[in-house]
Amino acid sequence: MSGLLSQLPFASIDGAIEFIFEPQYSNVTGGNKVGGIDKVVELTINQLQVTVISLAIALAVALPFALYLGHKHKFETLAIAFGNAGRGIPELALIAFMAAAIGVGLLNVAIALAVLGIPPILTNTFVGIHQVDRAAVDAARGMGMTEFEILRKVEIPLAIPTLMGGIRGATIAIVATATIAPLAGYETLGDFIINENVYGENGVLAGAILVALLALALELALAGIQRLLTSPGLKPRPA
Amino acid sequence: MRLNQTRLRMAIAMLLALALTLALAACGSSDDSSSGSTEATSTEGGDEGGGAIVSNPDNSKVTLTVGSKNFTEQIILGEIYAQALEAAGYKVKKDLNLGSETVALKNVKAGTISGYPEYVSTALTSFFGKEPEEVPADATEAYEEAKAEFEKENLTAFPPTPFASANAVGTTVATAEKYGLETVSDLEGVSEKLTLYGSPECRQRIDCLAGLEKLYGLKFKKFTPVDIGLRYTVLDKGQNNLSILFTTDPQLAAESDKYVILEDDKKVFPAGNVIWVTTPKVVEEAGPDYEKTIVQVQEGLNLEVVQELGARVELEKEPAARVAAEYLEAAGYTG
Amino acid sequence: MTSPTVFAAVGEVGKDFFKERTTDTLPCQSTDKLFCWDWARENFDRYETPLRQHVELVLISVAIGFAIAFALALLSHRHRWLRPPFLLGTGVLYTIPSIAFFFLLLPLTGRGRDTAIIALSAYTLQIIYRNTIIGLDNVSKSAVEAARGIGMTDRQILWKVEIPLARPEIFAGLQIATVSTVAIATLATFARGGGLGEPIFGGELGIDFKTNIIIAGGLAVLLAAAFGLLLLWLQRLVTPWRRVETE
Repeated sequence: MSGLLSQLPFASIDGAIEFIFEPQYSNVTGGNKVGGIDKVVELTINQLQVTVISLAIALAVALPFALYLGHKHKFETLAIAFGNAGRGIPELALIAFMAAAIGVGLLNVAIALAVLGIPPILTNTFVGIHQVDRAAVDAARGMGMTEFEILRKVEIPLAIPTLMGGIRGATIAIVATATIAPLAGYETLGDFIINENVYGENGVLAGAILVALLALALELALAGIQRLLTSPGLKPRPA
Repeated sequence: MRLNQTRLRMAIAMLLALALTLALAACGSSDDSSSGSTEATSTEGGDEGGGAIVSNPDNSKVTLTVGSKNFTEQIILGEIYAQALEAAGYKVKKDLNLGSETVALKNVKAGTISGYPEYVSTALTSFFGKEPEEVPADATEAYEEAKAEFEKENLTAFPPTPFASANAVGTTVATAEKYGLETVSDLEGVSEKLTLYGSPECRQRIDCLAGLEKLYGLKFKKFTPVDIGLRYTVLDKGQNNLSILFTTDPQLAAESDKYVILEDDKKVFPAGNVIWVTTPKVVEEAGPDYEKTIVQVQEGLNLEVVQELGARVELEKEPAARVAAEYLEAAGYTG
Repeated sequence: MTSPTVFAAVGEVGKDFFKERTTDTLPCQSTDKLFCWDWARENFDRYETPLRQHVELVLISVAIGFAIAFALALLSHRHRWLRPPFLLGTGVLYTIPSIAFFFLLLPLTGRGRDTAIIALSAYTLQIIYRNTIIGLDNVSKSAVEAARGIGMTDRQILWKVEIPLARPEIFAGLQIATVSTVAIATLATFARGGGLGEPIFGGELGIDFKTNIIIAGGLAVLLAAAFGLLLLWLQRLVTPWRRVETE
């Protein structure tokens, strides 16, 4: 109940939308206006950039492993347990540790975020490949395909729905957590959220709205890509 | 199937018991106030002994909630005020670590905290739109001005602490020697080679990066935002780094062979003494001991003492509550 | 005013209050060391409150999330047209980053634990909802037919046949939701909701103190592992006839 009692006056949606499009007056900037569409675009691009780099690192690390193990049907329990355990990574602690022990800035943040993306990609890719009907694989082998061709032409296409499920999960987790990157040397949309002194209440609300929209847009885009990649004979199954 | 049912019931019973325990625990804990706040410890220095702060039984009917912003010095100050008010007989709750000054002030206005310590310079620049150079250098003058401004907002401020604090551009002794830096003006022609680290809000604040660019005409190689807690870490991590520090930082005293601050010769960073910001309503309800206790307990807070307290919390990582109690006792307020 | 004789001495801390400190004599916790065991041993109790708050955040959020998601699943089990909107709705709530959610809720619920709990429960809905409907779908038609054959009503079939048989998936969903929530609840500190994130950011310990991050982060990892194993054990306890891998 305490939260409801401690209700404080706060921003309006109208004010937040205005902040997104037009720079606004701020108390502490000596007359310089803050926010506005240019700043929004700049920070959105920053957040996308760190997300893409981090996702690329996660894919580069997780995909080869998962494809190999899935193809060979090895270490099933381990691969699945790893994915489940990965959900328990406290990302806040990881970013903080990275900042304190190694350094701050785009690359450090991207590496810390990549750790968040590796488990879902690894597990879903493994499961996707591992679940492919053995009869289909045997048929391909009978046709004289090499192991690599089997992976590329049979297993991966059949595993796309599950595999993409992992990438979507990873992306959502990464883009969400990239919001706190301004505390570790890289400005993202989170800058609006953590700097109420500069941006005001409307700026904070605008930041929250933009982060939510960005995550939803990414999810939608990836769902579209998944649909394009999925061969017509396959319907996406819940991952 | 029989066995399964028994097992299922057992499991459900266990879960229910667990849920019940937690529900009770949750009820118990949500009483003391919203989140993360804890009841002030009455154990240390709380005995109504021969200290200068006298417990007045009339005050026990009044509950005060002490707030603070979210960095070490503020948390120590919050503890000191909380424990002093408690020694004066008030019921005290703490809601320290609130966030930025905007958040803290909003909580005072909303009545969720009774008051919090604010730097008079921050009050003038952040709340009342003053430019850094407009902040009076004289503590009393600055206080009078802030007080008048607060009164317009139906708020009130108690007289200032002896110590003042300011932000400052700091660097390592090695970097300062390498480029011959003593004042911020010395950065002219050098700043293009240096990266400035500061809190995320520093970039646009006129009493931070925006002011350094405008008043000193400096251009830095880069500005990198970091959590306040990393302000010394970033200096340790590399050459050619500058970082926004606080003049009251214990590191500057304990590790003076390592870190140095540059003199702010054009006054971008106004210094401010600490004032207690509260509302007339709370003052009326709490009675005369409220202001008296606050002013009394801060009398011993000169720069040296504040740095010593800071060193215990920030360097030696002692709990702020214990360090505050040690101050109250050593200064003869309690015990 | 108190008596002037006492008052004169007050406010002065005395010379022995000040400790001599130099860069070389600072203890482990003032330095850049990775982990300070002595400090950790002496200060472990400082993590008790954050840990307790964290456990409460997770259990309350998952309990609320489960109650809602389970009800939605039953509703859409009977009325199948409800599934697409429910999946979409819970999917959107799952996708909205928790930090954004906290601040979107701010105008409504202010800062505090309630706000954190609402956002965290919303996050768990999709995982639990999806797993529950998958579980109910996986129940074999013959089992349902058999139950109907012996004269069970729809309600009896649901509670005595379908739900018990769907338990492995339901528990798998609960497990994933709980473990994820343990990790995400470290962000609750941004909503002033307490928990293990609080010692890491902006408090009196802070982000530059690696021992602190390792303890707080380590406790979160251990808590996630403990909940994960507890739920795995419970799952096996209630479904001894079947072993299901969680996703």
